[in-house]
Amino acid sequence: MNEKTGSSEQQLEVAEYQELINKIRPRHTFLKNAILAFLVGGTICLIGQFILQIYMGQGLEQQQAQAATSATMVFLGAFLTGIGVYDQIGKYGGAGSIVPITGFANSIVAPAMEARREGFVFGIGAKMFTIAGPVLVYGFLISALIGISYFLLR
Amino acid sequence: MGQKLGRQSFRFTKPPVIAAAANIVGPMEGEGPLAAQFDWILDDILFGEPTWERAESKMLRESAKLALRKINWQSQEIDFFLAGDLLNQIISSNFAARDIEAPFLGLFGACSTFSEAIMVGSMLIDGGFAARVLVASGSHHNTAERQFRFPIEQGVQRPPYAQWTVTGSGALALADQGEGPVVTIGTAGKVVDLGISDPNNMGVAMAPAAADTLISHFRDTGTAPADYDLILTGDLGTVGSDALKELMKMQGYLLEGNYCDCGTLIYDLDKQDVHAGGSGCGCSSVVFTGSIWKQLNEGRYRKVLLAATGALMSSTSSQQGETIPGIAHAVVVESITPV
Repeated sequence: MNEKTGSSEQQLEVAEYQELINKIRPRHTFLKNAILAFLVGGTICLIGQFILQIYMGQGLEQQQAQAATSATMVFLGAFLTGIGVYDQIGKYGGAGSIVPITGFANSIVAPAMEARREGFVFGIGAKMFTIAGPVLVYGFLISALIGISYFLLR
Repeated sequence: MGQKLGRQSFRFTKPPVIAAAANIVGPMEGEGPLAAQFDWILDDILFGEPTWERAESKMLRESAKLALRKINWQSQEIDFFLAGDLLNQIISSNFAARDIEAPFLGLFGACSTFSEAIMVGSMLIDGGFAARVLVASGSHHNTAERQFRFPIEQGVQRPPYAQWTVTGSGALALADQGEGPVVTIGTAGKVVDLGISDPNNMGVAMAPAAADTLISHFRDTGTAPADYDLILTGDLGTVGSDALKELMKMQGYLLEGNYCDCGTLIYDLDKQDVHAGGSGCGCSSVVFTGSIWKQLNEGRYRKVLLAATGALMSSTSSQQGETIPGIAHAVVVESITPV
């Protein structure tokens, strides 16, 4: 319990208020959100698959085609953010548009666009990773840990 | 000189007159149900400026100047300019004050700033320290999102109880004499925190402060909710308003037909995708200086209790897991000069 709400009378109030709020607060529509996330995320992945097939059809090896597809999807995510469309997709898609690589592009381009006004160094340079930064830091950390485990257990 | 009433309230013995009111709103507020009540609706959320922050400051400055123009006051004749906003170090108000040549007091009460400014301005006039006071407060959706939440183009889902920060600014000119509605009573609020820490749920975080101030007001002045034509909170939104009604009911005060919240009035909640309604310093200031002020002048409202509400957190305190302290300040505005 934090200091501000230290007295026993107030503690009771805090608990009571939480109970009251739980009753009146509108609920997330989980089923609708899950279905929309599935459809939007699935569509993004379908587009990715389509692009992958095109690259492979043009003669790229699978691994090269995968890298090229990722780059194309990042470009699309960044482009749609730039023209103000991706946040609309995100409003309906939720996790479906955050989890794919296009969402990652969105989370870097969106803060960079706003930070432009604070200059290239302390604006764009410093602020473009405010949202994607944690994903990168812990992504690298986990990949390093998995790499070490793989090396030790091999 | 004012007269102290009870613990937190005071009556102005020579009630200050609200001589003029003015407001500017953004494009989305201009599509809402109160559109006809606003003086100036912007087509461009940047207001011709290179940044949203400058646009916010310009709105505040221009709404203040518009209030002066309506009654032909010069800014050199103003004894005090009182203003506040949501941005760090209240830059919108400070920068607007560069162009208003009057002694300036910056106020910060988060979204309660508008009623705080009316209250302090009225005290200055009734206390004999000023004859003319200009008050203003404003907010901008995009600057508030940047400071408190996510970048505008970030594809995030807002929870159903989230509120939409109003783009707009409202200003009032207060005078020691003249024609217009008068400010008769003020109630200064205490900071109340009932342990809400979700910065998306501000209406609920502020509702206990609103209840505390309203109940103190009724006790101090010996009035009841039914004595007012309108009891108006600042930006509790639909969820916060429900919480307030419940809290008031627990204490034996029923808020019914004469109760409303500016955050639920400013947007069309079914069509405008704002979830629980509007919020921000501009929410109460544009609603009050728009439709409420007009109805006070037309005599449709005789006695209005305005209690703007503020959530006193910062983005740092939220990230550190601190709960959100709320505050509410109340003023009574009447359309007749009391005897």
